[in-house]
Amino acid sequence: MRALVWHGKEDIRCDTVSDPEIEDGRDAIIKVTSCAICGSDLHLFHNFIPAMLPGDVMGHETMGEVVETGRGLNGKVKKGDRVVVPFTIVCGECDQCKRGYFSVCQRSNRKKHLADKVFGHTTAGLFGYTHLTGGYPGGQAEYLRVPFADTTVQKVPEGIPDEKLLFLSDIFPTGWQAAVQADIEPTDTVAIWGCGPVGQMTIRSAVLLGAEQVIAIDCLPERLEMAEAGGAITINFETENVVERLNELTGGEGPEKCIDCIGMESHVSPAMPDTIYDRAKQIVLAESDRPHVLREMIYVCRPGGLISIPGVYGGLADKIPMGAAMNKGLTFRMGQTHVQRWTGDLLRRIEEEQIDPSFVITHEVPLDRGPEMYRVFRDKQDSCIKVVLKP
Amino acid sequence: MTNISSLASLSNITRSEGDPKVLRSGPSSRGVPDSLAKGLGWFSLGLGLTELLAPRSITRALGMEGKEALVRVYGAREIGSGILSLSVDKNLGLWSRVAGDGLDIATVLTAFRPDNPKRGNVAVALALLIGITAVDLIDAQASTARHSRAAGRKRSYRDRSGFPRGVQASRGAARDFKTPPDLRHAPPLASVSKRTSAA
Repeated sequence: MRALVWHGKEDIRCDTVSDPEIEDGRDAIIKVTSCAICGSDLHLFHNFIPAMLPGDVMGHETMGEVVETGRGLNGKVKKGDRVVVPFTIVCGECDQCKRGYFSVCQRSNRKKHLADKVFGHTTAGLFGYTHLTGGYPGGQAEYLRVPFADTTVQKVPEGIPDEKLLFLSDIFPTGWQAAVQADIEPTDTVAIWGCGPVGQMTIRSAVLLGAEQVIAIDCLPERLEMAEAGGAITINFETENVVERLNELTGGEGPEKCIDCIGMESHVSPAMPDTIYDRAKQIVLAESDRPHVLREMIYVCRPGGLISIPGVYGGLADKIPMGAAMNKGLTFRMGQTHVQRWTGDLLRRIEEEQIDPSFVITHEVPLDRGPEMYRVFRDKQDSCIKVVLKP
Repeated sequence: MTNISSLASLSNITRSEGDPKVLRSGPSSRGVPDSLAKGLGWFSLGLGLTELLAPRSITRALGMEGKEALVRVYGAREIGSGILSLSVDKNLGLWSRVAGDGLDIATVLTAFRPDNPKRGNVAVALALLIGITAVDLIDAQASTARHSRAAGRKRSYRDRSGFPRGVQASRGAARDFKTPPDLRHAPPLASVSKRTSAA
């Protein structure tokens, strides 16, 4: 089969690789009909997330049709089922899964010993990601083996195009969880840093959940335009002072809820000297993450407010103003998304036409153009916001 | 706590037995300017280390004795350019190499004097420097063009609300959603005030 394969920093290739096979009774093989490139794939593209190996298949936003099943699925997933594959692999039986904390499933990471060493305790296995999370082959491919298929996949009905359903695999639930864990109230101002695909989904989720005011921060005109179309007030951080503008929009109080949809690779600009400092430390391996957004959120957030972090952080971040965070009594909520906790409800909202997540797609191309699209997406060329690949 | 020392243990990771194996490799996302930048980056590191560790052999070969400290500074600069050229900020690295080439040429030109017994070596060094400057310049331009955000169309997304019923009708459309108890935050001021006044 053909698959997008990681060969090193900035080196993704569309290779011919051996087909996946059933390895366990709870496995299923999916024939991929659509997959997408995620912003967090770029962290792997840049080799900022440790423990990738040449030959690893990329991709964690996938949907398709079940073509083969293991004997242990007992009819819960059948050949011909149309499924969306969340990026988190979940056993459905451990204590964390039972609590709905699927992204920290205790059993699905087949390289648990690595995660135990680096994180202290293991987290869930993820598709197409670092070996710290199992190193499972990803779904930017023609076929995908799904472990624990009965508890991992979300069955979806026929008759709705892939483009509307695909993002149930990651960015829609991720944006939704980012907003839900902020516990948005009708009087809240929600400030969202980053108008990439997750930022766009977070804006829509905050609007649906009824925030009084949603403010979106970025520097790319096309992304700000899409954010505005979704009901956000926008701030261009290259032409406006973010802190001043946020205070102005909140009567000097600051937003109650701040959401970081950027993560470890903040934009680097001489106008934000701390980003240069972070980048320099990152280059000499003295720091892995650039937490400019985190610093800004802590500073501008209303005392007693909440900071929600769906953006991916990889390792070590420096100069976090913990004094301000502690004294202001801020609440932090973060983590990989418990995708399976939200997919059923979000599928209903798509069916009821509360939202059509396909609005975010700007490029749809065959799988073999994937390597080129990694570059186009990373360099933000051609007004690229979201790439869907068709195997 | 994420433990830096534990990251070292990641060096012995392996792919799992049943994972797909590469049978035939396709074209890379990395283009010629990117591969050349990588080569130039490693070249910078090698040259920089030589300048830092053996400046005397360089000054002796060029008849520039007494300039060892300057050569060491240039070595540090070269290592900086090398690290940048190997990073995702390769354009910055390549342009810093071009600027460094200019400095190198200007410095070596001062040794191109009739009374310098190593004038022949200086001429060879200058020819090499001009050649590498041309390569650096071509690659810096090619890489900048390849990764420029200006490439491609500028499109408008004004009509991409994502709400089939429009933004206004969608505000609060998901108010039927009940935040799970584990994700509740402090009660909003409005509801607290209501409770207080009711009491």
